[in-house]
Amino acid sequence: MATIPLEIDNTQDDPRHRAPLVTGDHDLGTLTETVSRVAEAPRAPLAWYVAFTISAGLTIMLGGLIGYLIMTGVGVWGVNNPVAWGFAIINFVFWVGIGHAGTLISAILFLFRQHWRTGINRFAEAMTIFAVICAGMFPGIHVGRAWLAYWMFPLPNQMAMWPQFRSPLLWDVFAVGTYFTVSLLFWYVGLIPDLATFRDRAKTRVKQIVYGIFALGWNGSMRHWHRYERAYLILAALATPLVLSVHSVVSFDFAVAQLPGWHTTIFPPYFVAGAIFSGFGMVVTLAVPARELFGLKHIITMRHLDNMNKIILATGSIVGYAYSIEFFIAWYGAIPEERFAFISRAFGPYAWAYWIMFSCNAFVPQLFWFRKIRTSIPAMFIISLLVNVGMWFERYVIVVTSLSSDFLPSSWGPYVPTWVDAAMLVGSFGLFFTFFLLFCRYLPMVAMAEVKAVMPHTLKRSAHGDGHAGGAA
Amino acid sequence: MNEPFLFPKWVDGLKPVVGAGLVCGVLYVVVVVTFGFAPTATDVGYMPTQPVPYSHALHAGELGIDCMYCHNTVDRTAHAWIPPTQTCMNCHTAIHPKKSMDPSNPDSEDKLSPVLTSFETGRPIEWVRVHDLPDYAYFNHSAHVNRGVGCVSCHGRVDRMEEVYQAERLSMSWCLDCHRDPTPFLRPLDQITNMEWKPDGDFDPATFAKQHDIRPSTDCSTCHR
Repeated sequence: MATIPLEIDNTQDDPRHRAPLVTGDHDLGTLTETVSRVAEAPRAPLAWYVAFTISAGLTIMLGGLIGYLIMTGVGVWGVNNPVAWGFAIINFVFWVGIGHAGTLISAILFLFRQHWRTGINRFAEAMTIFAVICAGMFPGIHVGRAWLAYWMFPLPNQMAMWPQFRSPLLWDVFAVGTYFTVSLLFWYVGLIPDLATFRDRAKTRVKQIVYGIFALGWNGSMRHWHRYERAYLILAALATPLVLSVHSVVSFDFAVAQLPGWHTTIFPPYFVAGAIFSGFGMVVTLAVPARELFGLKHIITMRHLDNMNKIILATGSIVGYAYSIEFFIAWYGAIPEERFAFISRAFGPYAWAYWIMFSCNAFVPQLFWFRKIRTSIPAMFIISLLVNVGMWFERYVIVVTSLSSDFLPSSWGPYVPTWVDAAMLVGSFGLFFTFFLLFCRYLPMVAMAEVKAVMPHTLKRSAHGDGHAGGAA
Repeated sequence: MNEPFLFPKWVDGLKPVVGAGLVCGVLYVVVVVTFGFAPTATDVGYMPTQPVPYSHALHAGELGIDCMYCHNTVDRTAHAWIPPTQTCMNCHTAIHPKKSMDPSNPDSEDKLSPVLTSFETGRPIEWVRVHDLPDYAYFNHSAHVNRGVGCVSCHGRVDRMEEVYQAERLSMSWCLDCHRDPTPFLRPLDQITNMEWKPDGDFDPATFAKQHDIRPSTDCSTCHR
């Protein structure tokens, strides 16, 4: 096996030979060693402890604020009449959107045989699950009487009362619930062989037993692999429609309402594109420091980042197109309220938020047309952060502008968030990063078994065999 | 130590136990929540101790006093009021049960004394409310008793109760059962307080409902105003 130089530029597409997906002098053994070392090291890097302390602190703050909210009531937020949704729903849509990249990478790219997904799918899926947890929290506390949040589910009860089945808010409960369940199963099934690797390498009895229980007795037999791959394929097929359906249903929360600026048919595709856009933004935000910190540069290579940046560019352009076509339709539809809603968005009291959104989402990603920027770590890190800022403001603009000034000027009202709103948003990031850091420390961050299947010499061998290794990205 | 951990053989024996445990656990929770938290278990039968050992079975049952002799606002207001001590004294100025009671029982003498004390001092008797709807539920007695819903339908056989207890669930679905289909619970207007009345051939509830325009609404603001 020819060794691949450590600092090869694998972002070039040379038709004469396939660009390697794992660089450096890796064979199957060193790959396992590199990934397992992260979890097996007696101490995590100092940066991990610093980050974990901050995130855990923010999570505790979030818990305290939720307690304060429940004891006092939703008046501690800036929500009012007419803007009854506020930060809670903005954050909900934001976090659900973040969650979309994981399933796209794990399911859709899997079905399309995009081999580069293997380097990033594990932690992107983890990110999805943690983002959906953050998202699911917000409607639960937004209902006001959080102890009755179970009323969102259609449970038989002595009141003979059911949720409104015609309401997209109920569809949302099912959409997000299904998404979370399938994502969690998908993630877990993928983890099993790697958990078994951890189990076999574990030095202490406790670790052996804990990883052993979660590895479900995996022994790597042909029969196990056969069933595993069947299950993985079925779950990928189940998860694929969910990537498109979940954010479509979330967009129905708005589009089914009659409000100017909400009631448009473009919302489902535009929301899905935006969700994938923000999700990949978050994956890049997490991947850049993680590969640095845990020495995974040869597994999450520049080619992976380059590919993700291309997706950000594509989905960002779709989002920018959607912003523009909304304006066109508002003018072309000739409904005065609709026209007003959009003029007010761009030039009204919330114009600052609108232009943050527009520049971060539609303009900034256009920089990714340049290869130099696509492959520059600092540039992509900053752009990915701006993408997340822009996508949060997109939800802010949609929720706040349409609610604060609808049909009747007499019922208009401004929205001003309180410190509790802001602190809860920060706290939800704390919760997200707490989960994510724990995941990095205790679980295999990279899908070792899957990466091994796309390493250069594995591909070469299977290409000789049955010509199976068709389209490595 | 360095042996990889695999499940020991006896774990296989646990599989049916775990499966059965999961199924039974879920069933157990469903059954406990369905029956244990139901108003039939938590509310029906509520019988607080009253300050006066007043017997509805004696007054309304044996003596046959009409419900509306004491609860006389029931056909005019939302609230079927609890009679003041003066209503008791209409009869009890002349009737002193302690004189007719068994003198060997020391408690018997005191049965009426809280009423007499209340009458002398003017301080009302603090009856304990039995049928207590939540504050967010609006209920109007007059709307029901003037439209053919009898006392017994909601309060049970008070004429047989020594001490009054809650006979029905008073839950939202219980209200809705009747609001969605009131005809089985209708009776002639002159039989409202009759605890013994049974549907007979002479009375057609469907016609009655039509005549009196009984179409109870079931939207939220009917009861939650």
